[in-house]
Amino acid sequence: MRKRYGEARGWIGAMETEQKKCDSGDLPSLRRIVCEQGLLSRPDGSASWMQGDTSVLAGVYGPSEVKVSKEIYDKATLEVMLRPKVGLPGVYERSREQMIKKTCEAVVLGTLHPRSSITIVLQVITDAGSLLASCLNAACMGLMDAGLPMGSLFCGVTCALDADGNFTLDPTAKQEKEAQTVLTFAIDSIEKKVLMSSMKGTCSVEQLQQCVAASQRAADTIFQFYRDSACRKYSKW
Amino acid sequence: MAAASGFRTVEPVEYYRRFLKENCRPDGRDLGEFRTTTINIGSITTADGSALVKLGNTTVVCGIKAEFAAPLADSSNKGYIVPNVDLPPLCSSRFRPGPPGEEAQAASQFVADVIENSQVVMKEDLCIVDGKIAWVLYCDIICLDYDGNLLDACMCAFLAALRNVQLPAVTINEETGLAEVNLKEKIPLTIRKEPVATSFILFDTVMIVDPTAEEEDLATGMLTIVTDEEGKLCSVHKPGGSALTGAKLQDCISRATARYKEVKKLIDKVIKSVKPT
Repeated sequence: MRKRYGEARGWIGAMETEQKKCDSGDLPSLRRIVCEQGLLSRPDGSASWMQGDTSVLAGVYGPSEVKVSKEIYDKATLEVMLRPKVGLPGVYERSREQMIKKTCEAVVLGTLHPRSSITIVLQVITDAGSLLASCLNAACMGLMDAGLPMGSLFCGVTCALDADGNFTLDPTAKQEKEAQTVLTFAIDSIEKKVLMSSMKGTCSVEQLQQCVAASQRAADTIFQFYRDSACRKYSKW
Repeated sequence: MAAASGFRTVEPVEYYRRFLKENCRPDGRDLGEFRTTTINIGSITTADGSALVKLGNTTVVCGIKAEFAAPLADSSNKGYIVPNVDLPPLCSSRFRPGPPGEEAQAASQFVADVIENSQVVMKEDLCIVDGKIAWVLYCDIICLDYDGNLLDACMCAFLAALRNVQLPAVTINEETGLAEVNLKEKIPLTIRKEPVATSFILFDTVMIVDPTAEEEDLATGMLTIVTDEEGKLCSVHKPGGSALTGAKLQDCISRATARYKEVKKLIDKVIKSVKPT
């Protein structure tokens, strides 16, 4: 797939400037999104996702050989590794890994690659709020770049509610800290249904439903970004 | 009969689907029906609070041990709660000995998140002397028999054990400056909120409550909702799996609210039955 390294590298440079033009800086609710795909040479797919100042780097390996102990006879074994900015991954990272893994498992058509492994490595570069959502987006972009078959795409959206019940989409770390509730959803691209949900703080049922609806709308923006960036990438070749 | 058990082994998913078509489950329950829940509190006398919860075959025991600790510098008036979920090889063949696996870590984090979200116990209540000494509650939750729906059982055991906690009175000796514990005088802990978890599995688009281990393996997704007495949501935990619409989520929340009442009644009854002795 990646034979023409020289050419590819030149293309990355072009991508970067092109991508910056197509980011969603002019949209009101979300922070500026910048994404670059295929920036690493070793993984089968890679993506760097920036959402405001939050930045996550994803590398996807697979389908490749799997350890016998982890082999599943009728589908691919999916693994997610989440590396924090400093230190070793702890219990918190493990629980996030599990969430991202199960979200990816729901969309990746693993049955097409039985007895093989798909590994997603996510490296946090900067955390300036909405980290889990950024990780999900980076993972999806990485999977797309690796060309793995997926039933649908997914994106992560974070929603913060303050004490008065006003909500902010894609909050910064400061907004997250001040918020009463922080909700993160993964939304699928076909029916805009909720794939994953995680919550910090308490909220009422109505507030939850409002946040789900807002996240579903925000998801449209992100999917449009996915589409634009894929269009740009493939129209180059 | 032999044919049915063979069918179950060879085509578990299809076997299960046949039951769902008739709106029931292989163990005879409705889709929205919980297994029998039993709670036993104070079963561990060496702990400051304990509870044993059985949800069908799933058995979880929670022991709470209170110890002194120095509060953190940035929150000098707060104690802390340290939950830990242990899944020993004893409870199921899927767990190996050694350091806690992914599921145990995820469950521990879930319990910690719920404690943080719901503010079950105000951390300020655990402080004894500002900046000097505070209570730290070690909540060890051990699964003895793993038959699905671990999170509900863990939360239930945790809450029941917490309500069973009796902390000894502590006085500070003026001369020595050391803490003195009066074991004769015991004060129950102030519980601010009572979070109760309700788990569902998604089987394609069907929601099923209180799954067994077998059902969890077949399921395409899971969802856990934690509510408190005001009907507020303390956690909507859905770690991936099949997608869900807002309307379906609403149905689950209604079921969770109903479940809250059942569990609350059960815990209250058990606590009351123990009090007189």
